[in-house]
Amino acid sequence: MEVLELARWQFGITTVYHFLMVPLTIGLSLLVAGMQTAWVRTGNERYYKMTKFWGKLLLINFAMGVVTGIVQEFQFGMAWSAYSRFVGDVFGAPLAMEGIVAFFVESTFLGLWIFGWDKLPKKVHLACAWAFSLATMASAYFILAANSWMQHPVGIEMHEGRPRLTSIWAVLTNNTTLAAFPHTIAGAFAVSAAFLVGIAAWHLHRKSEEERVWRSSLKLGTWVGVVAFSALAITGDLQGKLMFEQQPMKMAAAEALCHTEQPASFSIFAIGDVTRPDCENVKSITVPALLSFLAHNDFSSEVKGIQDLVPMYQEKYGEFYPVDERLGELSGKPIDYVPALPVTYWGFRLMIGFGGISAGLGVFMLWLTRRNRTPAGWWFPVLGLAGIATPFLANSAGWIFTEMGRQPFVVVPNPTGIDGVWMFTAQAVSNSTPGEILTSLIALTTVYSVLAVVEFYLIRKYVRGGIPGVLPQKTDDGALAFAY
Amino acid sequence: METLWFVLIAVLWLGYLFLEGFDFGVGMLLPVLGRDNAERRVMINTIGPVWDGNEVWLIVAIGATFAAFPGWYAALLSAVYLPLTLFLIALIGRGVAFDYRGKVDNPRWRRAWDFTIVAGSWIATLCVGLLISTTVLGLPIDANGDRVGSPFAAIRLDTIIGALAFAGYALVHGAVFTALKTEGEIRERARRVAVMLAPVALLPLVALLAIVAGLWAGVVALILVAAMWRLTVNREGQSFALMGLAIAASVAILFGSLYPNVLPSTLNDAWSLTVANSASSPYTLQVITWVAGFGTPAVLVYQGWTYWVFRKRIGVKHIPAG
Repeated sequence: MEVLELARWQFGITTVYHFLMVPLTIGLSLLVAGMQTAWVRTGNERYYKMTKFWGKLLLINFAMGVVTGIVQEFQFGMAWSAYSRFVGDVFGAPLAMEGIVAFFVESTFLGLWIFGWDKLPKKVHLACAWAFSLATMASAYFILAANSWMQHPVGIEMHEGRPRLTSIWAVLTNNTTLAAFPHTIAGAFAVSAAFLVGIAAWHLHRKSEEERVWRSSLKLGTWVGVVAFSALAITGDLQGKLMFEQQPMKMAAAEALCHTEQPASFSIFAIGDVTRPDCENVKSITVPALLSFLAHNDFSSEVKGIQDLVPMYQEKYGEFYPVDERLGELSGKPIDYVPALPVTYWGFRLMIGFGGISAGLGVFMLWLTRRNRTPAGWWFPVLGLAGIATPFLANSAGWIFTEMGRQPFVVVPNPTGIDGVWMFTAQAVSNSTPGEILTSLIALTTVYSVLAVVEFYLIRKYVRGGIPGVLPQKTDDGALAFAY
Repeated sequence: METLWFVLIAVLWLGYLFLEGFDFGVGMLLPVLGRDNAERRVMINTIGPVWDGNEVWLIVAIGATFAAFPGWYAALLSAVYLPLTLFLIALIGRGVAFDYRGKVDNPRWRRAWDFTIVAGSWIATLCVGLLISTTVLGLPIDANGDRVGSPFAAIRLDTIIGALAFAGYALVHGAVFTALKTEGEIRERARRVAVMLAPVALLPLVALLAIVAGLWAGVVALILVAAMWRLTVNREGQSFALMGLAIAASVAILFGSLYPNVLPSTLNDAWSLTVANSASSPYTLQVITWVAGFGTPAVLVYQGWTYWVFRKRIGVKHIPAG
């Protein structure tokens, strides 16, 4: 394989992996801060136990999120140095801001929260929980601002062949960011809600100690889930409409829509090979005119298909890659403007599908446990635990879709704003040797696999341990309330 | 403006080397100073609340380099690719190890994580040393800022001395910190070990400074001697402060000699990356200056407060069971 493919696989694997931890951390840390607030305000021990239990699981997950995040920051320079040089004037700023404004707060106050139970006044300790959980949200904002800039570059001018920042405000209030942020945060809450529901359902089923703790957790989870999924649908729709304007090819690829249609129908399911953009062999079950509505809020509007978009892209952004030895095999070759259709088509469907299943499950759980019922069947905890996986899968599918859907660009041209700013992924990699990237790819994947097993094992252990497993033991005088 | 950011990045590295320096050192010395599980837990808990905050200095140093000097960031990180991969894996390992070690009560589990902490701390500090000495001493880079030659171009005698310099510093610094933050037998042991290791462990740092700046190395050597002297008379706080002064002087000498370059080319002076040719636009620098101007003092305040909250020495008797 060439450097480009290896670097892309590495970025994909490390990022998708990192983003398994991130949404759970964001959602759960805010929920735990909420639980602790309930405890501090009411003095009710139930909320204290909830804080302790969910807080422990949060920390196990947090550690992994932090360490896998470090890789991300280095990776741009290590494997994508040409990209880093090209966009550094714009892209580095939100990353630096994330570090200074968010990550310092997150790490410092997390340490204070973990070790500060008996050292800080109750309210100060609670404030630490809010500080680090709000900082995780701020972190997400800066990172999404950076990512959204790649999807929709704003706030810049071209200077000596590179984008130069002219307005940080424009970058931070990019409409792409403003749509992506609530969508991502809602996704984070969906993940955390399913986590609460699944584990609480299991404990209720086992009739574990502290039934009221699990009952409250389950209730919290289901309601957060319902709200999160409504928000996901609304923000997703908003994001989709933006994307039809900003990256028409991505959305055509999401539908594997070959020909321009008016009105355009939304494909629910396809049989056959969606790989080929000629659509000859694909039978698709569709809802008439729905795609037109999703794109433009108008059931009779036109949606451009791949076959019509390709010539438009060729005209605007060129038919061939430049002749440049750094492009390797692609040097001087025609540019393929069509993203990998099976990935975009199915990625989009898996995102919506798993999201929908997850939302349905949440509502179903809410109904099942109405008026403090607990269904007796074995299927109840199984449903709950299996339900934890669905929003994770939806999140991953969504990101894979959105990042694969912008190929072959790493910085997508902005069709409505500044002209002349784009970069092909093939131009973005470092001039590393394939051996270097292969080594890090194998090493990181191995370490990540081992850690996945370890994290799963630990979470399982502490879930099984229930409330007694997380409460501090009575200690001798002078001992710390918590120590590693 | 570029110069300001060059200084700021040097300060961020200083913060990182000073702060994470001791938590690396504690990790490196875990089996030496911690004879049994309780003692090891004492050591880990001296850094438990703070190590993650310390590590953010690295994240911000790298992030600030990306924002302020994208050319430097891109050239350096891609050129020392393999050592950095090792570095990241070491950081990943020791990061989760602190958190996970105590989560299962089983000697084999603990041994595995102890090993991860020790190996991770050694490897990480060697790699940091390699990275910093590489940027100071230069690399074979071409006009585009790309490395010419093998993936191991950054590994040479002088950069190996650089790697050992920071590992040695962290080792002694960690022992001094342990002496400062613990009580009982472990404190005595830490003090003895620090003084015993110092002549060998601190030599590479002085050697690196001598390579870079000749006689200036003597200043740092004197500070280090003073630090060890204060330690022998039971003034751990002063010793720790002097260790901080030593690393501050070292960073000042290293980055001072580097300026106005940020990454010299060993092939052709004209290809060297400088603060001028690798910097971001004035507007971008202005933006991040505002952020850093408000953010950094706040960081110093709340991180300082954290150290205040956890200021008490701990010993074996403070470690809860389980």
